[in-house]
Amino acid sequence: MRNSSIFFSFLSAEAVLLSLLLVHASISESARHETIEEKAALVKTLQLTDLCLFTEARYTRHLSQADLNTAFQDHPLSLEHFPSGSFTQPPYGITERP
Amino acid sequence: MSPWIEKQRYIIDFTISSLLRRKVKNFGLLALYTLIVFILASTMFFTYSIKKEASIILQGSPEIVVQKLVAGRHDLFPVRDIETLRNIRGVADVQSRLWGYYYDSLVKANYTLLTPPAQTDTAHAGTRTITVDSDTDDSSKPLFTLNGAALEPGTLIIGNGIARLRAIGKGDYMPFRASDGSIMNLKIVDTLSSQSELVSSDLMLMTEQDFRKLFGIAPDYVTDAVMTVKNPSEISMVASKINKRLPDSRPIVREEILRTYDSIFNWRGGMMIVIFSAAVLAFVIFAWDKASGLSAGERREIGILKAVGWETSDVIQMKFWEGAMISLTAFFSGVILAYIHVFFTGSPVFEPALRGWSSLYPNFALTPFINAEQITTLFFLTVVPYTVATIVPTWRAATIDPDTAMRHTGE
Repeated sequence: MRNSSIFFSFLSAEAVLLSLLLVHASISESARHETIEEKAALVKTLQLTDLCLFTEARYTRHLSQADLNTAFQDHPLSLEHFPSGSFTQPPYGITERP
Repeated sequence: MSPWIEKQRYIIDFTISSLLRRKVKNFGLLALYTLIVFILASTMFFTYSIKKEASIILQGSPEIVVQKLVAGRHDLFPVRDIETLRNIRGVADVQSRLWGYYYDSLVKANYTLLTPPAQTDTAHAGTRTITVDSDTDDSSKPLFTLNGAALEPGTLIIGNGIARLRAIGKGDYMPFRASDGSIMNLKIVDTLSSQSELVSSDLMLMTEQDFRKLFGIAPDYVTDAVMTVKNPSEISMVASKINKRLPDSRPIVREEILRTYDSIFNWRGGMMIVIFSAAVLAFVIFAWDKASGLSAGERREIGILKAVGWETSDVIQMKFWEGAMISLTAFFSGVILAYIHVFFTGSPVFEPALRGWSSLYPNFALTPFINAEQITTLFFLTVVPYTVATIVPTWRAATIDPDTAMRHTGE
């Protein structure tokens, strides 16, 4: 078999696999609709405000409810030191950035 | 088959043979390139999906949360101020919330303790049923039931993350050290579903009576208040009225909550900029390596090809195919691996960083929200720059005299 045939066969296989994954994404989105609804219902019923992503500090557990002086809330030199702080932004409204 | 296609196939055959002559270098290049695409695509898939999921789930969050501030810090909210909030024109309903944190020194984890809101409502979430009832006059009726399990004084409903971490479940007892030093043993009557871990992993639901006893909070204080506004377009107006009526309060509107999660994992902040900088820097090195010229061996190869009759355009086509083959292979492999990484294996590469110092990390499967824009952006960020970068130096080398090109020796 020619090198070009092998290459194009490989590339086609990858393209087909990617297409199948995109189909999987589309199917999963519909299939998980019920799970998302369950989470949304729980949020509404329990009046929750935040995702449970980072439980290491109170201002990372409830990002949107954090104090305005986060992360200096414990004392003036209490610099941000939790790892999740490097992934998140300050709550909307604290900074002037849109 | 058209002669043009046949010619391109011969050029591709030759290009692959040429690439295989420098196996180590080219496979190394391909592996590194795939890794860059993988990291970029994983970051893009993960952040987009979690943002999208947050925007859907948090649509049901309270319209306005009102916190009391004392010396710039969140403080307990006086129940008497709820009436002040009710009197604001445009407000449909005001409810109090009781919630807080409890540190479990045994497993070094923080839990969120919450009292289910006092309202009469029944929500069907999938196969699970949640019932909340405010009819406190009827003492025989539980305040809250989950899937048939009643939440009564002395009982507890826990999130699935806590159940997993402490290896406890329905029927077990959970000890708490109350504010007065006494030990409270609460019986677990149910666990929240594992599907809802993204919002409920660390939750503990208990009755108001147990909550107040545990933290020693007087009946005339709550944690904060939540408000419903008659006309949603008046939310910001109502928020500004709250600021006037209760100057020591802080209203947080739903829009702010949603925007907070829209800006989470923003590429301009923290670790994201480090990941993107590393990827961009790696690309700059690739491009620099290619654009700064060809190796002596490659120049000699071009000289020989020209000497045996190849046109300049043929050489450029060969180099175009070289760039396209490497970048397309890296692109497809990187994107496929990223999809598997994020949506099938739960992002194990990101997990240690996301977990941070948390003992309790939710076990959740992200819904794959993927759109054509993400794939197109990735394609133009990765494939196009590399392919273009391979053509420019080749054009320079292919236009010089074959004799001069062949006189260079060594790789």
